[in-house]
Amino acid sequence: MTTKKLKKDPLNLIIIGVAGQGNVLISQLVCNALANEGYLVTFGQTYSSNQRGGSVNNYVRVSKEIQCSPLVPSGAADVILGMEPLDTLRMLAQFGNPKVMTIVNPRPIDVAGRVSDYPDLEKLMETIKGLSGKTLVINATAEAEKLGDARMANMILTGALVGTGILPLDEKSIAPFIQERFPNDFDINMAAFSKGIELYQAAK
Amino acid sequence: MPDIDIDAPGTTALLMGNEAIARGALEAGVGFAAAYPGTPSSEILPTIVDVAKKRGIYAEWSTNEIVALEAATAASLAGVRAMSSMKQNGTQVALDFLGNLAQRGVGAGLVLVTVDDPGAHNSSNEQDTRHVAKWLDIPMLEPGDFQEAKDMTKWAFDLSEEVDIICMVRAVSKISHTRGNVKLGELSTRKYKASFPYTGGRPRMWGIAHDIQHKKLALAREKYEISPFNKYVGPEKPELLIITSGAAWLYTQEVVRTMGLEKRVGILKLGTIWPLPEKLVTDALDKSLQVLFVEEIDPFIEGSVMELAASQATGKPQHTFYGKRSGHINAYGELSPDDVIKALNKIMGLSYQARDTAYLKKVEAIPREYAINRGGALCPGCPHRASFWNIRTALKLDGRGGFATGDIGCYTQGLLPGGFSVVKTLYCMGGSAGIATGLGKLGQFGFTQPVLAVCGDSTFFHATIPAVINGIFNNSNFTLVVLDNTATAMTGFQPHPGTGRTALGEPARAIKIEDVCRSLGVPVEVCDPFNFKDTTNTLLKMMAIDNGVRVIVMKRECELIRGRRDAPPFTVTVDPDVCLGDDCGCDRLCTRIFLCPGLRFNKQTGKSEIDPILCTGCGVCVDICPQGAIKREAK
Repeated sequence: MTTKKLKKDPLNLIIIGVAGQGNVLISQLVCNALANEGYLVTFGQTYSSNQRGGSVNNYVRVSKEIQCSPLVPSGAADVILGMEPLDTLRMLAQFGNPKVMTIVNPRPIDVAGRVSDYPDLEKLMETIKGLSGKTLVINATAEAEKLGDARMANMILTGALVGTGILPLDEKSIAPFIQERFPNDFDINMAAFSKGIELYQAAK
Repeated sequence: MPDIDIDAPGTTALLMGNEAIARGALEAGVGFAAAYPGTPSSEILPTIVDVAKKRGIYAEWSTNEIVALEAATAASLAGVRAMSSMKQNGTQVALDFLGNLAQRGVGAGLVLVTVDDPGAHNSSNEQDTRHVAKWLDIPMLEPGDFQEAKDMTKWAFDLSEEVDIICMVRAVSKISHTRGNVKLGELSTRKYKASFPYTGGRPRMWGIAHDIQHKKLALAREKYEISPFNKYVGPEKPELLIITSGAAWLYTQEVVRTMGLEKRVGILKLGTIWPLPEKLVTDALDKSLQVLFVEEIDPFIEGSVMELAASQATGKPQHTFYGKRSGHINAYGELSPDDVIKALNKIMGLSYQARDTAYLKKVEAIPREYAINRGGALCPGCPHRASFWNIRTALKLDGRGGFATGDIGCYTQGLLPGGFSVVKTLYCMGGSAGIATGLGKLGQFGFTQPVLAVCGDSTFFHATIPAVINGIFNNSNFTLVVLDNTATAMTGFQPHPGTGRTALGEPARAIKIEDVCRSLGVPVEVCDPFNFKDTTNTLLKMMAIDNGVRVIVMKRECELIRGRRDAPPFTVTVDPDVCLGDDCGCDRLCTRIFLCPGLRFNKQTGKSEIDPILCTGCGVCVDICPQGAIKREAK
C-alpha cells in the first residue's frame, strides 16, 4: 500500500485517441501501476463499434476513498491526454475547466467520411490552449517515427504523462508493466517512455 | 495485465467487469461455458478459455445464442455447473428455449449472463433485459460494481441450485467494459463425473410447472431479503431516498458525495433485481416520502416499487416519486453522473455545477467546424469496402433500382457513406436474407428491383441459413452476398464454424459457406472482392438471372488479422505529378467517396496522398483512381 497522497481525490484523467492509436494501452499501463500502488482505480471507456477509425475515450479515475463510476462528470477532468488534436478539443469542450492540464500530440488524423476538411491545425491548437490551464504539446508521433515505429507514440505520451508528476507514479512503478506487455521489445518501448519524460521536461 | 488465474485469495486485481464475471464463474467451479460473441458481453467466454484447459473446463463459441444456452443446459442436467453469456439481442434469440427452461428446473447450477447496452454504443438497438426475468419468472441479479460482478456470478450458481431454476445475471456495458478493483476469492477445485439422471432426476420435463416456478421465485425472494448485494447507505431519515442499481449506483454514490449530500440523501442500492425483495424495499420506503429512481434503460425498478407502494398505500402517507415517469431521469439511454446531478439540483432546489459560466462561454465559442465526431468507418484496407464498391458499381450498371438488405457485423456500415450507403435495411442477425426472401416474392405485386441480401460469415451460420432455405423452398428471387472475412471481426475475431478451429484452439472441420449453399442446389460463385472486374461482373450476372436464390461468396481475410500476421504486401503512394486534385473531375473520388482512412487530401498541395501511419498497404485503391495516380509496389 502506498503512502503517496493524491493531488486531488478523486483524480480524473481522460485519455483520448482514435481506435488503433493505442490509447487503451496507455490507460492499462497507468491503471495497473496505480492499482499496484494500492489505489482504487476505475477505468471506463466509450467507443463506437468500428475496430479502427472511431474515437476511443478512456476515463481513468483514481481514489483512496471510493470506487469511482466509469464516467467523468462534465467539467471535472484534471488531465486530458490527447493522441489527436480534434479529439482532444472535443474532450476539453465536455470535460475541461480552467485548471485542466492538457497533453496533446499535434498529429492530426483525418476524419474519414466527412464532407468538409480537417480544421486549420494552428488555430485548432490555439483553441486547445485557450481552454486549458496548462498545455503541453508533445510531438509523440514524429518522435516515435524517429525511433523507428510510429506506433510507439503511445509509449512516449505515457512517459510525458508520468513525467508531469501529476500521478503518484514514477518510471520504476510503471516499468514492470511495460516489461509484462512487451517481453521481447522492452528496451525500445522503455526508450520511448524515457523520451516522453524528456519531451515533457522540454515542453513544460 | 490482470491474471484471471491468480490462486491467492485476498489479492486485489484490476479486472474488467466481464473478466470479473468469468472469475466469479471460476470460483463457483463452472465446468461448461458456451456463448456467442456479442459486445458488450464478448470478453466473458475468452477469459474462461484462457484457463479452460488448465482447469479442466469445457468452453465453446456456439453457432448462436439459443444453441449456446441449450448446450450449457445439457451440462447442468448432467450435473456440471454451466454458464452461457450473451448480449441483450442474443437473449432474444434464446428466448424460446429460455421460456421452457425456466419452468423445468436444473441439475447443477446454471447461469445466464446477459449484458445490456444502454445507449446502444455497440448494438443495433437498445432494450432492457430485466423484463425477460419478470416475463419468464426467472431470478435475476445485477452487479453494481466490479467486485459484485465476481461475487454475484459466483452466488448465482448457488442460488440456481438452491432454488432449482436457471439464474440470470444482468450487467450493463459500463460495468462489463470498465476495469475496477476486485478482491479475489478462492478458485474452485470441483471435479465432475457427468451423468444424465433420466430415470427420475430432478428436472421435470413434462407438464406445465408454472405453479412450482412461482414457489421457487418466492424462495428466491426470501434469500434476497437478507442478501448483502442489497444495501442502504445514508441517514436514518433522509430528505430524499434514491433507489438504484447497476452502474447507476456508482454514479449516484459518487454524485451524492461530490455534492456533499451524504447527510440529506439516502441510497437503497439493489443487487437482486427480480423478484423484488419487498420487505427490504418497504423498510426503505418508510424512511422518506420523497423517492428518486436512478436506473438504466427502462423504469423497471421504478415500476415494481411503485406497484408495491400502491399495494400498501391504504392509510399511509403518500410518497412523491421522481424518475423516468416524472422526467427527472432520461426515459431511456445510458446515464452519466451529470444526469444524477441534474435530477438532484431540480428536486432539492440546488444549483451545483462543476465549472463556472465563464468557461462554459468559452466552450460555446468553439467554432462549429471543430466540433466533429468521428462517425462509423470501415478500417483501412477492409475487404468490406471493396465488396461494397463492387455492389455499388454493379447496382449502378444494372440500373433497375436495386439495393442491399443489411445484417449485423462490421458490414452494418454499408448503411453509411463508408459503405457507399448501398444497404437500406438493418434489423437483426439473419435479417438480410429474411427481408430479402419477402421482397423476392413481391413480383406478383409489380416489384422489379433486384435485391442483394448482404451478411457476414459468422452471421451466415448464426441465423441466415433458415432464411435462405425459406427463399429456396418458396422460390423467392434474390441474391445472397456473403462477405466472408474468416472471422467474427466486429466483436474481436472469434472463431466460427467456417474458421477451422474451436474456441479452445482445437482443429475443427472448416464448413465452407459455398459448400453449404451448393448442397442446396442453387447457383453459387466465389470471388475476391479486391478483383473489381471479376466481382462486379459476377454480381451483374447473378442479378440478371432474376429468378430464385443465387449466392455469391466474397472471400478475403479481415485486414486486421492479415496485418497482425504479415507485413504489408505493398508500399502505396500517390504520384503528385499524375494526381490532378480538384482539376480532375473525379470529385476527389479516393478521399471523398472511397473513404479509406489511409488516403487523405492535402490542402496545401491540392493533391491526394497516403497517410503512412494508417495505410495497411493492401493496394486496392490503385484500381479506383481514374488517372492511375495511386501506385503500389510489392514489398
